Amino acid sequence: MEVTVKIFRYNPEKDARGNYVTYKIEAEPTDRILDVLEHIKGKTDGALSFRRSCAHGVCGSDAMRINGRNRLACKVLVRDVGANITIEPLLGMKVKKDLIVDMEPFFNNYKKMTPYLVNNSPLPADGRERLQSPEQRARFDESTKCILCAACTTSCPSFWANDEYFGPAAFVTAHRFIFDSRDEGASQRLMVLAETDGTVRCHTAYNCTDACPREIHITQAIGDLKMAMVTGKLE
Amino acid sequence: MANVHQFEVIVVGAGGAGLMAGLYASKSAQTAVISKLYPTRSHTGAAQGGISAALGNYEEDKPEWHMYDTVKGSDYLGDQDAIEFMCNEAIDAVLELEHMGLPFDRTPDGRISQRPFGGHTNVETGKPVRRAAHAADRTGHMILQTLYQQCIKSNVTFFDEYQVVDFIMADGKASGIVAIELATGEMHTFHAKSIVFATGGHGRIFEVTSNAYAYTGDGAAILYRRGIPLEDMEFFQFHPTGIYKLGILITEGVRGEGGVWINGKGERFMPKYAPHVKDLASRDVVSRAIITEIKEGRGVDGKNYVYLDIRPETVNKFAKEDGRTNPDGSPYNLTAETVLKKIPDIIDFCRVYLGVDPVTQMMPIQPTAHYTMGGIPTNKFGEVVVDDKGTTIPGLYAAGECACVSVHGANRLGTNSRLDIVVFGKHAGLKAAEYAKSAQWTNLPGDADSAARSDFEALRNGSGKVNAYDLSNEMKEVMFREVGIYRTEKDMQSALEKVREMQTRYKEIRVSDTGKIFNTELLNAWELGNMLAVAEVVALSALNRKESRGGHSREDYPERDDANWLKHSLVTRKNGKAEISYKPVVITKYQPKARVY
Repeated sequence: MEVTVKIFRYNPEKDARGNYVTYKIEAEPTDRILDVLEHIKGKTDGALSFRRSCAHGVCGSDAMRINGRNRLACKVLVRDVGANITIEPLLGMKVKKDLIVDMEPFFNNYKKMTPYLVNNSPLPADGRERLQSPEQRARFDESTKCILCAACTTSCPSFWANDEYFGPAAFVTAHRFIFDSRDEGASQRLMVLAETDGTVRCHTAYNCTDACPREIHITQAIGDLKMAMVTGKLE
Repeated sequence: MANVHQFEVIVVGAGGAGLMAGLYASKSAQTAVISKLYPTRSHTGAAQGGISAALGNYEEDKPEWHMYDTVKGSDYLGDQDAIEFMCNEAIDAVLELEHMGLPFDRTPDGRISQRPFGGHTNVETGKPVRRAAHAADRTGHMILQTLYQQCIKSNVTFFDEYQVVDFIMADGKASGIVAIELATGEMHTFHAKSIVFATGGHGRIFEVTSNAYAYTGDGAAILYRRGIPLEDMEFFQFHPTGIYKLGILITEGVRGEGGVWINGKGERFMPKYAPHVKDLASRDVVSRAIITEIKEGRGVDGKNYVYLDIRPETVNKFAKEDGRTNPDGSPYNLTAETVLKKIPDIIDFCRVYLGVDPVTQMMPIQPTAHYTMGGIPTNKFGEVVVDDKGTTIPGLYAAGECACVSVHGANRLGTNSRLDIVVFGKHAGLKAAEYAKSAQWTNLPGDADSAARSDFEALRNGSGKVNAYDLSNEMKEVMFREVGIYRTEKDMQSALEKVREMQTRYKEIRVSDTGKIFNTELLNAWELGNMLAVAEVVALSALNRKESRGGHSREDYPERDDANWLKHSLVTRKNGKAEISYKPVVITKYQPKARVY
């Protein structure tokens, strides 16, 4: 089938501002949007730039706006979006070139969450694993799925309004550790989450949940965090 | 020469091996990790099923059995000293990951859960053993995330999105590397005492592959150009379970949970090929079985694929026939709920890419290029070894998929790659730091980046008669068809000639993007040069080895030939030509015998 692909282009070495370029190409309904981009880059316009690596939705490189919604280009097929496709960079991040955005602020917010297990207690005397029941493990299972693609954070109206907002992805990271029964860092993380740019800016728009390519119930996870802050309990 | 940095240890690559090396080297030496991707984008994150260790959390298991299975799985080409070392370190390595916070699935009594995987057995009974410690079907993702988290905790220095482009030696020692900063196009030179390559494999030289775009063999190609040999490059693993056409991996864990192979006639075919472990046979055995079924007309609808069936009714029917039991002795019984819980990502892949629901439908599967067994020759400390006498290059290390220790020999067992990156990443990091602490600084040559500069200039100034994308696809198609699962003299000779001819055409490429900022076209073109270099070595090594062993299956030499070929091959570039030499396999406990599953 013939598809019409409109892509946001911006090369800071040449362009004063971004513009849209339209390409018409042949594609299979089962092609990934990433395949379409590769084809355009390979055959028509070598300068078209985007990030990609695993090509099957686990590395988080190719989050972008596809027909107005944040998606991974390798997890959307042509048949999912039809013959008219618009591809744009993630919103709310500085565009470095074409579909490539500046990820540094995003990773800085991630780092504010103390993104590692905090446990200063002695290890089990036999040197074996710390015990954790399947139920305790299940409590934070969803938030371990996060691939840090930024689809959620850049879909959030609160983030669009305020660059300093830590954003849903950072909260998912906080959730992953706070609800891990082996972790002892909840109180310090909850202090950070209570800052002005923390969870208080979440107005439950649910855009993040819709945007997540890993189907994490992010708004629910943020709700868990808010509840923990109010009650002081991790349940 | 602008942008010169100095670190005692430089680690190139930020997947599991690179992060582990960075983490351990940085404990005592000034260390930086440079990576062409953000670390969390690395291909370790795509690994699904588990990491092997004889923890024995469900049933008796021993490092000796793990060693035996790995030796046998390698078709006796693995070096047994290194395999023993890895299997002995495995238990502590997995426990260390747990202590770091890795969220393994749990047994009912709270220990790390384990599942069976192809080729992992109780050596005394011959029955499958649960050895793969797992976190759902995203164990690699959790390893990558956990190690990156630990690097943040330890304040490891990262240069993210820096592409390594050259390796510099001075006075016979490692002296530095050259890298391009993707965001600016600037070239940087890193002066170092120790350099650890952890750049991953080269599965992108094949058309149908489970590997990431990033898997272009950069580290192997750079060192090969600089005169370092590449070992056992003929051995590439074709994983039996790729999603039809796309090559995306379906974890072997599906077979561990009881998944069954079904051909186009609706028959379970693995008992014919592996009467004892059946559907859980080693990867090379299953890949060949699938291709045989297809060749003999039993593919689905006459096409080149078969089915993997994880539907509970199928699994339970055959589990009953096989007498499979749970750890407590009760009959094995799989439910749809368990399938959803244990392999959620696989279910998702099938739904997204195929529109198939594995709980109610069979999955269309074909073998996919998956893992690089060969690579940069090292010993068990990650030191790069350049000949058959154990000669090392001071300050040069390699670990992970780009390296060949060799623990995987002719065929890697599932879950051993995760173990490999964790164990040998750690030891390469430790050794690199130890050496850096005692060594003097080399004199970094003043024109260290000039070779890389001229390589990149050439890509900007070619005639433009050849399109890089087309050339790349042509190479992949030739390599998959002619140096794939079944190989013949005629095909491999043809592939070798074609790849060499493509190397000539490669010089005609001209990159159209003249800019500096994120010039991904330029970098892709450069990566293609690496793939062509590596593809030549793969084809040459494969053509040269006149036997079948593990992942190298020749129709014209169908038997393993220990008398002539129980040896590692080395390909070294000398005066622009590839030369083949050999080194012996280290055999300690287990003499080669027929490999039957």
